[in-house]
Amino acid sequence: MTLLSVENLSIQFETPDGLVHAVNDVSFQIGRGETQALVGESGSGKSQIALSILGLLAKNARTSGKILYNGRDLLAMSTRELNKIRAKEIAMIFQDPMSSLNPYMTIERQLNESLELHEGLKGDAARQRVIEVMDAVQIPDAKNRLRSYPHEFSGGMRQRIVIAMALLCNPKLILADEPTTALDVTVQAQIMRLLEDIRRDFDTSILLITHDLGVVAGACEDTLVLYSGKVMERAGTRALFAEPQHPYTRGLLRAVPNIHDDDGELHAIPGQPPNTMRALTGCPFAPRCVDAVDACFATVPELTGETRQRACIRPVEELT
Amino acid sequence: MTLLSVRDLHVDFTITNSAPWPWQTPDKVRAVNGVTFDLAAGKTLGIVGESGCGKSTLIRAIAGLATPTGGTVHLDGKQVNYLDRRNVLDLRRNVQMIFQDPVASLNPRMTVQQTIEEPIRQFFPKRSAADRKARVTELLDRVGIPQRNANRYPHEFSGGQCQRIGIARALAAEPRLLLCDEPVSALDVSIQAQVMNLLRDLQREMNLTLIFVAHDIGIVRHISDDVLVMYLGGMMELGRARDVVRNAQHPYTQALLSAVPVPDPDVKVIPQILTGDLPSPLNLPKGCFFQGRCPHAVAACADARPALRDINGAQVACIRAEEVVAN
Repeated sequence: MTLLSVENLSIQFETPDGLVHAVNDVSFQIGRGETQALVGESGSGKSQIALSILGLLAKNARTSGKILYNGRDLLAMSTRELNKIRAKEIAMIFQDPMSSLNPYMTIERQLNESLELHEGLKGDAARQRVIEVMDAVQIPDAKNRLRSYPHEFSGGMRQRIVIAMALLCNPKLILADEPTTALDVTVQAQIMRLLEDIRRDFDTSILLITHDLGVVAGACEDTLVLYSGKVMERAGTRALFAEPQHPYTRGLLRAVPNIHDDDGELHAIPGQPPNTMRALTGCPFAPRCVDAVDACFATVPELTGETRQRACIRPVEELT
Repeated sequence: MTLLSVRDLHVDFTITNSAPWPWQTPDKVRAVNGVTFDLAAGKTLGIVGESGCGKSTLIRAIAGLATPTGGTVHLDGKQVNYLDRRNVLDLRRNVQMIFQDPVASLNPRMTVQQTIEEPIRQFFPKRSAADRKARVTELLDRVGIPQRNANRYPHEFSGGQCQRIGIARALAAEPRLLLCDEPVSALDVSIQAQVMNLLRDLQREMNLTLIFVAHDIGIVRHISDDVLVMYLGGMMELGRARDVVRNAQHPYTQALLSAVPVPDPDVKVIPQILTGDLPSPLNLPKGCFFQGRCPHAVAACADARPALRDINGAQVACIRAEEVVAN
C-alpha cells in the first residue's frame, strides 16, 4: 500500500543570480513499512525533496508537481493543515544533532512540545511517554537525564534524542536526512541498527537520505540515485549494487574506496560537480560521462523501465 | 631512511578558567598520550581514529601548530623546535600541511596566483618574478587547474578545485613532509577519488613523505603503507596497512573495521556494536583507554596501560591480543 507518492516534483529557487534548478521532475513512492533511499552527492537536491514533503522549503522556492500523502497533496496544504501532519504523521531527523536541538531548552521541554500539541499529553503522562521513547532509543538512565541540556550529551546521544523526538507521536513516515553523517563509524553502526529496529517494531516507513552508498547497502530495499536534481536510476538495492545500469551509478560505485579490496586504484569520475544555475537541456551527467554521445547533450533522458528504471538514452549493453 | 621520528609525544591543553584560584590545579585535556613512530622517506603513514582521538592534534604538533608538552620529534635526525628562530624557516618549508576545509583554508581575498606565489616568495626570496610565475604555472598544471583560472578568487571554485589549489600551495614550498589533515572528508565521493589519486601520483613523482589523517579507514588504506590506529590520544595499533585491515590485532581496530559500512548488500558484515560513549579526555580511564568499552576486557586491563608489543609484525597495545585474535 502506498503511503507517500511524489509525482513529478520540481523545485526551483529564485536567487539574485537567477533561477536555481534544485529538483527536476522527480517521482517515487514509499509503501507502509518500507525503506526508500535517496542517494546523491551535494547539490543533488536530496535534502530539498525531504524539506518539500514537510513544507519546510525556503521562501524563495517554487514547486510544481504533487506530493500525495494518503491521497492528500502536501504541497497544496496550508501551514495550519501541515502542522497537523508534521511530527504526528511525518517526522524528520535532521543531519546535525547539535543545531537541530534548542540549546536553551532542557531535553524534557523539547520532547514535550509535540506531545502537548498533538496528543494533548501533559505533566506526568507526557513525562512517562518521553521516558518510554528515550528508553526505546537506548539513552541510558533516561529518567535522570530529562533535565539535561543538549550540550551535556555526546554527538551520538544527541542524535538519539533527535530520533526520540521523531518517534514521540508514532509517525507513519520518518524522513531521515543524513542521520549519521556527523557521527563516527562506530556510532553510525549503532544508529543504523536503531533505525532498523524502529522500522520493524513500529512498521514505520523510512525515507533515508544519504551520500554514503555503504549505509544504503546495509539498510534499504529500494534506492533512488539522484544527480543534479534528476533521478538517474531507481532499483532494488540489491539489483542496483549488483548490476548498476546507469553510467553515473557505475562511476559512483567504483569511486568508493572499499576496505576489502586490494586494488590500489580509485576510479574517479572526471570533471566538476554540476551547475544547477542552468535549466536542463540534456542529461546533466553527460559532461562527465565516459559513455556520452552527442545526443546526450541535446535531449533530457526520460526515466524508463518497470521494476527498475533508468534515465539514459544509451542501451545498457553499450555502456563501458 | 627514516625521515621523521616521533618519540613518546604528549600534547595537553590546559583549561585555564577551570581553576580560578592559585591553589587549584587546572583541568587538562590530554589530547595526545605517548605516540611513538618512525616514518621512512617516501612512505605514507595513515592515521585513523574517531573524532576526539587526537589524530589532528598529533600532526598539528608535528607542524608546529600545537605545542607538545612532552616527547620529541626529529626530522632528518635533527630535533624539531619551532622556537629556534634560525632554523624555523627551513623547518616550515620542509613540513607543509593540507587542511580539511578546502575553502576555509584559502584566503578569500587572494587570487589563486597570489596564493600559490606566497610560499615561493617566502621560502625562495631570490627567485625572479618570471621564475615565480613559471613555477605557479607548472604547479597549476600539475594539480589540474586550468591556467586561465589563475586570476580568480577561491569562491569561484568548487570544493574539489579549492583542495587542488591547497595542494599546489603546499607543494610550492617544495616540502619533504606533507601533512594531510582529512583532506577529502569535505568532498563528494566522485571528487574525493580524484583528489586521492592526485595525491598518490604526486607522492610517487616527487618522492614525498606523507602523513594522511582521516576518519575513514577505507580511504586511509588506499594511500598508506603503514596505518596507525588511535583512541583517546593513545596508540592502539601500528602496522602495515594491509595487515591492519585484513588481520587486525587490537580489539578496537576490529570494532572500528566491522562498523565500516560496505557498499555491497551481499556482504553481510555484522558490526560489533560498541556500547557506551567515548570517555572524556579530561579524565582518562585507568589502565587501557579502551578497557571500559572493550568486549574482551578482563580485570587486568584496568591495572596498567598496556605497552606496545610486536605481534605478527604489528605493534599492538593490548595485553590480550593473542587470545582475542585466536577467537
